[in-house]
Amino acid sequence: MVGCLLKSVREYKKASFLTPFFVTCEVVLEVLIPMLMAKLIDFGIEAGDLNYILKMGGALVVCCIVSLIFGALSGKYAADASAGVAKNLRMDMYHKVQGYSFSNIDKFSAASIVTRLTTDITNIQNAYQMIIRIAVRSPIMLIFALFMAFQINSHLAPIFVIAVPILAVGLWLIASNAKVIFERVFHTYDELNNVVQENLHGIRVVKSFVREEHETQKFRKVSEVIFQDFSKAEKLLAFNAPLMQFCAYGCMLLISWLGAKLIVQSGNNPALGMTTGDLTSMFSYTMQILMSLMMFSMVFVMITISYASMERAVEILQEESDIHNPESPVYEVENGSISFENVNFRYGKRADKLCLDHINLTIPSGATVGIIGGTGSSKSTLVQLIPRLYDVTEGCVKVGGRDVREYDVEALREAVAMVLQKNVLFSGTIKDNLRWGDENATDEEMERVCRLAQADEFIQNFPDKYDTYIEQGGTNVSGGQKQRLCIARALLKKPKILILDDSTSAVDTKTDTLIRKAFKEEIPNTTKIIIAQRISSVEDADIILVMDDGKINGMGTHEELLQNNQIYREVYESQQKGGLEG
Amino acid sequence: MSRTTHGAMRGRSVPIGRPKLDKATMNRLLGYLKNYKFRFTLVLVFICLSAMANVAGSMFLRIVIDDYITPLLSQVSPQFGGLLRAVIVMACIYLVGIAATFLYNRTMVVISQGIQKTIRDQMFAHMQKLPIRYFDTHTHGDIMSRYTNDTDTLRQMLSMSVPQMFSSVVTIVAVFCAMLYTSVYLTVLVVIVVFFILRCMKFIAGRSGKYFLKQQESLGDVNGYIEEMIHGQKVVKVFCHEEKAEEVFRKKNDELCENATKANKYANILMPIMMNLGNLQYVLIAIVGGVLAVNGIGGLTLGAIASFLQLSKSFSAPISQVSQQVNAVVMAMAGAKRIFTLLDEEVEQDEGYVTLVNAKYTEDGTLTECEEHTGIWAWKQPKEDGEVEYTKLTGDVRFFDVDFGYTEDKIVLHNITLYAEPGQKVAFVGATGAGKTTITNLINRFYDLADGKIRYDGININKIHKSDLRRSLGIVLQDVNLFTGTVMDNIRYGKLDATDEECIAAAKLANADSFIRMLPEGYNTILSGDGSGLSQGQRQLISIARAAVADPPVMILDEATSSIDTRTEAIVQRGMDALMKGRTVFVIAHRLSTIQNADVIMVLEQGRIIERGDHDRLIEEKGRYYQLYTGAFELE
Repeated sequence: MVGCLLKSVREYKKASFLTPFFVTCEVVLEVLIPMLMAKLIDFGIEAGDLNYILKMGGALVVCCIVSLIFGALSGKYAADASAGVAKNLRMDMYHKVQGYSFSNIDKFSAASIVTRLTTDITNIQNAYQMIIRIAVRSPIMLIFALFMAFQINSHLAPIFVIAVPILAVGLWLIASNAKVIFERVFHTYDELNNVVQENLHGIRVVKSFVREEHETQKFRKVSEVIFQDFSKAEKLLAFNAPLMQFCAYGCMLLISWLGAKLIVQSGNNPALGMTTGDLTSMFSYTMQILMSLMMFSMVFVMITISYASMERAVEILQEESDIHNPESPVYEVENGSISFENVNFRYGKRADKLCLDHINLTIPSGATVGIIGGTGSSKSTLVQLIPRLYDVTEGCVKVGGRDVREYDVEALREAVAMVLQKNVLFSGTIKDNLRWGDENATDEEMERVCRLAQADEFIQNFPDKYDTYIEQGGTNVSGGQKQRLCIARALLKKPKILILDDSTSAVDTKTDTLIRKAFKEEIPNTTKIIIAQRISSVEDADIILVMDDGKINGMGTHEELLQNNQIYREVYESQQKGGLEG
Repeated sequence: MSRTTHGAMRGRSVPIGRPKLDKATMNRLLGYLKNYKFRFTLVLVFICLSAMANVAGSMFLRIVIDDYITPLLSQVSPQFGGLLRAVIVMACIYLVGIAATFLYNRTMVVISQGIQKTIRDQMFAHMQKLPIRYFDTHTHGDIMSRYTNDTDTLRQMLSMSVPQMFSSVVTIVAVFCAMLYTSVYLTVLVVIVVFFILRCMKFIAGRSGKYFLKQQESLGDVNGYIEEMIHGQKVVKVFCHEEKAEEVFRKKNDELCENATKANKYANILMPIMMNLGNLQYVLIAIVGGVLAVNGIGGLTLGAIASFLQLSKSFSAPISQVSQQVNAVVMAMAGAKRIFTLLDEEVEQDEGYVTLVNAKYTEDGTLTECEEHTGIWAWKQPKEDGEVEYTKLTGDVRFFDVDFGYTEDKIVLHNITLYAEPGQKVAFVGATGAGKTTITNLINRFYDLADGKIRYDGININKIHKSDLRRSLGIVLQDVNLFTGTVMDNIRYGKLDATDEECIAAAKLANADSFIRMLPEGYNTILSGDGSGLSQGQRQLISIARAAVADPPVMILDEATSSIDTRTEAIVQRGMDALMKGRTVFVIAHRLSTIQNADVIMVLEQGRIIERGDHDRLIEEKGRYYQLYTGAFELE
């Protein structure tokens, strides 16, 4: 898993290696300081040698300054490396998602992909920085300081051999136990947020049913669980500081006691053994050793927390798109004829219900096809197989006489324009949005397709006309206007096949009729497939399909279906009773 | 209205730069400590003890060197008994310190978690009482962030910053005294160096803050782009727009990387600089101390220098800690302020005194209150003379010259007068924003009128207790909201004490039973994420069942069947008509087929009723309704 993420390091390898290098240099100098200090005390102050004090003091000052520079450099490279790796990773993941098929997107859901690309990457960036800096620093500090302690006095240093494991085991016990609780708390936090979120979204429902008290109780229950668990976890963490103090104080007392004896034994003579200078430096090493351990345990906890983010990011990177270009793709779609041969389809391999069940269908190029059917009858599924947004489970779909899997995917989708049911306009001007259909479209072309889609009129009424800015999600145009803009955008592709998936539901019937009329007159050679709720949108089609529960229930012209298809007749009647719809 | 006001909503205010510490907020926050007076006093005492033990430790080195080692060196046969006693005394002090540290950490958990829970619960309970208007004018994200970000910064502050700062301050004071006691000259040196270190830190922190803001901006930009594009990813695919989308992304991503690098660079170098300056200070003390000792100035002994070195470390560490925590505290205060703003929001006012009760007719034909559910409801109206008047709930709703605006300067409903007699089906037709939903929002008093009067069974609705008024009205909205829980729980939401049988009967009525039975666990299927596994139509059916189980005398259907296909809608319609027999219904519908059999149809345009009458009459009139009906006019 880590290997997969490390691929994103690339040009930041240098910075990623330099950081721990400089950290090491800094640590070495930092660890040297107490030892030199011991010398300064023994040979300088104790001996009353002013020259020595200044000489050694000068050396120490240089040490500090050099160490400062190394430290600053390591900080700089750590920033370079972590921000850079995050950038690469974000790019890699985004790139990967661009290659996803519809079923890949469905599998993750858009919201989940967004979280992985935002929050999770930030977590990984922080973790990466922590690893190359502090996770390197702590163990090196520990080892060097221990080494120095043994150098100074091998009789006293074994104290650390006892203290370090005690502290390490203690910290590990606290951290591992707390981690379990914290994970549970974070989970409960999600639950709490969910309660608030649902409450906010449904505040009208809550108030209408007078359920404020009920909701408050619901919230209290979760809030109480958080209180209990959080308290438990933090009470565990409350052992950290005293444990650290216990080890540090214990070491200092033992060092004082044993150190004093050793000093007296040697007569405070550096040549014979322990000195007062050594005593002070042992105190410094105690702090360095124990602090580095403490630091390590903190970093360890934080990295394990970000582990989940890493897993989520890797899932994105390792997901393989299930739609691939064939070995030697065909780039030319001959015409707009479509045929379905014994097509079975199910979403996901494990779903046991067939969404499309033995569909056989032939549509000649240039025909207009209407599709009618209830909610969940798989109308959308059927048409999504044509531009190969999904691959069939069994059977085959042919466009222009060839299996869609033989085409270059991009070429196929250029030839098949589809206006999705859940369509989106992007923030930008109307022109920007239209150009999605054709990057190089001229103003005239844009106006032409907008006239076809009956959008030109309302666009001309906007103060900025075609330069009107569309807000994210197209919130500043009405539903009907949005649908017409989406149709215009699809038309710009000059497709051989145009699919409208319930794309005129918010357009009034008169405009709807005009759009269809324009299609008939202006793009007669394009195969048009129209999914609709209202009969009026499809009644003049060459062929009308009635879909029911993944099967074609009936096929024919309006008159034929009225004669011999019960569902069609019922839908027709339900709409006739109410007249034409608004 | 919620659909239309989203655009105008206030963005989340981000504090720029470094806001001043807000005293009022601070005091209010401290007010929560009142419940923990005893515990908090204990915490303060323990912190002091812990800090004292720490300082005593640093002083101990001097005693060891000056009082024991040096004299012992000159003895021929050194006796270590005195030193041992001193070590034992010190060990005892340390033990007290360790115990104190443990106890204050532990007690602080109880306090900080307790306060957080209190605030959290208060916030939610208060939010439930706020008027709908509040939710219109604040984005969900804005409100949510008070439960997430703001409480989180508060948590950080209460459980980490506060005890740490306090302990730091105590340590600083104690160490400073100890330093002064040990050597005045060296103390002056330390103060000068610390001052320099602080200046350095302020400079770097300022730089870092500037770039952090920039980083936040470009992070927002990148995340916004990701959000928009990924949600439209299917459209991107259909238009083969992947490469273009990647190109723009690359640009934004590079910019973010640049700003993030700068911001982190300054933040990263802060720590090594601080630490090494600390080391430098340590070295300087040794040099100066050494020089002073050698020259015999200030009476510095070797032990004094050694312990001063220790002290200086205990001095600069808490100072940098305090200054780091100041930021956390300022941020937490900003969060606390937002939380308190929510807590100070004025709650929904309710002067209603008329309540809804179960009722029955006594043998002599008068209406009286009763405990059990009888299917008859009455308004209980206490009179000034102490008498109680019961009025049967029939569902007679009348508007008299009602004016209303969501804001005072923009009236959206003008002179609405209408009568809905018991058992009538009243329909509203009109474009988005014509005021259809607004009218229904006035009936259940989500908003209060600007002018005019609404009477319900002859009672002014302002006199009716809000919760009773709402209980008498069933509402099914276009935007369905389901809650995490089983399908059964969701239906039961309409009537908390409904039996399973009642819920299933309601589902059957709404024509939801058949599809619910096909779900993996039937009625026990757990819905999550607002029922994300269900189609919009299925969700609407569940919400209709939810309203049906509540069995309200008056029903408001706001585009309740808009996402159900026409064939299913016809079936649901039959069920609803059966349910609503003899009750008053207000219907807002997009499809005219839904409302064709209404007793009265009101056509609204820009907040005014422009046509009214039944279907046949309106068709005859050949007005706006006729245009809509024939499809010559677009509703959207």
